[in-house]
Amino acid sequence: MSMFTEAQAKTILDKVIKLSVADECIATLAGSTTGNVRFALNNVSTSGVVSTTDLAVQVAFGKRVGTATINAFDDASLERVVRRAEELAKLAPENPEFMPAIDKQSYTATPTFVQSTADIDPVYRAKVASDSIAPCKAEKLVAAGFLEDGQGFTAIANSNGNFAYQQTTDLDYTCTVRTEDGTGSGWVARNLADATQFDASREIRTAIAKAKGSANAKALEPGKYTVVLEPAATAGLLLFMLFGFDARQADEGRSFLSKKGGGNRLGEQVFDARINAFADPAHPDLATLPWDQDGLPRHKHAIIENGVVKHLNYSRYWSQKQGKPVIAQPGNVIMAGGDKSTEELIASTRRGILVTRTWYIRMVDPQTVLLTGLTRDGTFYIEDGEVKHPIKNFRFNESPVIMLNNVEELGKAIRVSSGAGVGGGPGLAMMVPAMKVRDFTFTSLSDAV
Amino acid sequence: MDRRSFLTVTGLGTASLMIPISGRLIAAEQLLSTLDPAVKKVLADGAMEAATAAGATYCDVRIGRYLRQFVITREDKVENVVNTESTGTGVRVIANGTWGFAATDDLTPSGVRKAAVQAVAVAKANAITQTAPVQLAPTPGVGEVSWATPIKKNAMAVPIKEKADLLLSANAAAMAAGANFVNSMMFVVNEQKYFASTDGSYIDQDIHRLWVPFGVTAIDKASGKFRSRAGLSSPVGMGYEYLDARREDRIEMPGGVIGYGNSYDLIEDAVAAAKQAQEKLKATSVKPGKYDLMLDPDHLWLTIHESVGHPTELDRVLGYEANFAGTSFATLDKRDAGFRYGSKQVTIFADKVQPGSLGAVGYDDEGVKTRRWDLIKDGILVNYQAIRDQAHIIGEKASHGCCYADSWSSVQFQRMANVSLAPGKQPLSPADMLKDIENGIFIVGNGSFSIDQQRYNAQFGGQLFYEIKNGKITQMLEDVAYQMRTPEFWNSCVAVCDQSDYRLGGSFFDGKGQPSQVSAVSHGASTARFNGANVINTARSLG
Repeated sequence: MSMFTEAQAKTILDKVIKLSVADECIATLAGSTTGNVRFALNNVSTSGVVSTTDLAVQVAFGKRVGTATINAFDDASLERVVRRAEELAKLAPENPEFMPAIDKQSYTATPTFVQSTADIDPVYRAKVASDSIAPCKAEKLVAAGFLEDGQGFTAIANSNGNFAYQQTTDLDYTCTVRTEDGTGSGWVARNLADATQFDASREIRTAIAKAKGSANAKALEPGKYTVVLEPAATAGLLLFMLFGFDARQADEGRSFLSKKGGGNRLGEQVFDARINAFADPAHPDLATLPWDQDGLPRHKHAIIENGVVKHLNYSRYWSQKQGKPVIAQPGNVIMAGGDKSTEELIASTRRGILVTRTWYIRMVDPQTVLLTGLTRDGTFYIEDGEVKHPIKNFRFNESPVIMLNNVEELGKAIRVSSGAGVGGGPGLAMMVPAMKVRDFTFTSLSDAV
Repeated sequence: MDRRSFLTVTGLGTASLMIPISGRLIAAEQLLSTLDPAVKKVLADGAMEAATAAGATYCDVRIGRYLRQFVITREDKVENVVNTESTGTGVRVIANGTWGFAATDDLTPSGVRKAAVQAVAVAKANAITQTAPVQLAPTPGVGEVSWATPIKKNAMAVPIKEKADLLLSANAAAMAAGANFVNSMMFVVNEQKYFASTDGSYIDQDIHRLWVPFGVTAIDKASGKFRSRAGLSSPVGMGYEYLDARREDRIEMPGGVIGYGNSYDLIEDAVAAAKQAQEKLKATSVKPGKYDLMLDPDHLWLTIHESVGHPTELDRVLGYEANFAGTSFATLDKRDAGFRYGSKQVTIFADKVQPGSLGAVGYDDEGVKTRRWDLIKDGILVNYQAIRDQAHIIGEKASHGCCYADSWSSVQFQRMANVSLAPGKQPLSPADMLKDIENGIFIVGNGSFSIDQQRYNAQFGGQLFYEIKNGKITQMLEDVAYQMRTPEFWNSCVAVCDQSDYRLGGSFFDGKGQPSQVSAVSHGASTARFNGANVINTARSLG
């Protein structure tokens, strides 16, 4: 049993809150059923379904906090997990930064659950694999890919009477297609809320075209180039930068948003005036839970407006210490784009490089958010508005802060990540546009295909 | 939707460390108990009988109890103490020539038997699309045996307060020595693993690992500049004795840097880190160009990991990781042609046996007795890392014994063994190596790292950089990273220091696979010299 109804979840959480004798109690019940199919060398390699449900109980005596979790929900187990949390809290040192549980809140439900995605079954997954593999086999190409889908629920409650419940679904698909001789490689990725919008036999054509088109790439000298970055190529760079939007780190002087002499750069122009980004838990293409990890209700708000930093993340402790309003941590970031397609961005480029995907991105210098990484699975030379020929992959050393000051044009924003953990770890849900950027710094060539 | 919970540790500059927590949280006293092997044998025999009756031609059963403890501090505060436990059984079978797997946390005889039957059903379903039957390299049954990490002090038995006090003392020492911020952590892992197979093995193992990383940050408020320095400890397959700070394990290196061997002085390193972070604020920015690099083992382990460890994993070479981690430039035809991976000074071996290493176990997760083998011999690519169902592909008669699953609920698969650079055969100390370098950089500690999906082009930073001019260290440098192409880099290796300088570094959370699994792996090396590396300057201005 991994999907509890709201009534079932509330019954369990009510019992937990009642059992606790601590000064306060916060409980979270979350469950999911996740299915996956993995294929490589044109064969299905693994497939499976994993169901889990966990109850986490956090209690506090004064400023001493204890947390325990359990995956059984009979009365004896609920009693055990509460007592264990209470024992740990009594043993724990006082946390001087402890914040008491939030008051009762009201939340507006967001559209995070889509029935068609919840309905995915092994037959559907097998079809995604065969729809990906069959056209590759037919063209003497080699497919390796992964589909992960899931449905879940989260319920929260605390001893101040707060309670909320919501269900979520997610679908994440990636496929790498390589030529048999290993000289060409293409890739496609789709992250969606609604499975009816997904068609592997259509998506795979992108990876096939890039695999065939990238064979026998020519070497171009490293240097500064105008680039057309597809959304997937940009998202990883932006994510590193968004980690720096933490008010405490900025105030402590260890972020690119720290101000010389102290304080942070909230309210300052840091990016090109065309850069806008906002959070919106109810966005129809990128809905997220309407509460953050502390249970604070999320609302729509600007993060970057006309290049000006409009929002930094303040923890409840830090906002209190700095005398700032308490605002929920965003669960998604929508970077606004324009109406142009990637093809139109290419068409307006005299000389440049089209980047499908960036890979192995790492922070080189947090002072400037200098990142290094490589292009992968489809890098092409653009001349006079047309893709001319494939080029060898590059290593880049570039800062997204500099990149967002060198923007020439923005394409249409698409959903690239649900941030829900499917496909590798948590993170922000993101919608990102394709973008054309001048003076993007490539520092060396890679022989990797 | 998160199948795996993560604990986010922030404060390490802009980067944050995600710690995987797979399991439920438990009280500290429960970390000391173990499951009785006799009970586990009964469960395993039941599962194997059920699998065989359902049509399996092979079955292995892993009954695992995975314990983890994390103590997390910053400055004068303990931010979190977490104990987790995960217990259950994974059953893997071959039926109709195809693998099947099922896992359960129901440790009753019927629960385990049910999982075994389910695994057979999965295998039979997958067999429909299987193109070639699984070929398992023979592995002799070893009967009822046990193995344990040879620890002197069980870190799980050390009270939380003692651990927290040690971390807070190190933090206080760093703050007193000039750090503006300090984060320190202690990770303790105990894997109680029982493996049984229809080959006739019943293997009970008790594996211990420990890691105590920290990071200090120094800030110059006037200029807005900040610099950090991470600790120089290594994650180890040892007990709490690693933190005994024995004098004989302290290594004085060029530039006045102190390194550590089989034990570690956390407080001494925290003080040094604070001073060096301050020094980094004022260090000279490197002039880009060609330099001879002298790489300390605290740094070189990561270069070995990325540029030799991963490309010699056979599943990558064959294409099974193409969609995620990538493939490998070190293809089978290169091995057959005697590809020169490095210079004659370069012998790189794999093993799962080095004492104190993260990879050391008696038997791997498919019951193969562990050993050591060469990957690169005198510069020539000679072998890969392969498990039982891969050995035949490279003409090996037996598995290398490097199969691992990060949980009872994960399918075991090929994971990186310890991969290490053999020490030089001629006596050579780092001090002697330094004397011959005219224009070079001495790099200590691992920093930023990135490598392409076939493991050709890499870029590495570090923690400390020292300019070498005419055989002497002249000053500290900053903004250093070197770019390399793997075969050229290893062919530029002109000298490796001797055994007396050999030390282990390693990764506590190495990721691979979809869904992703973590593993811990060590890499040994002595200080080594690489001529003519391409060094770039990483300083930028945001205007």
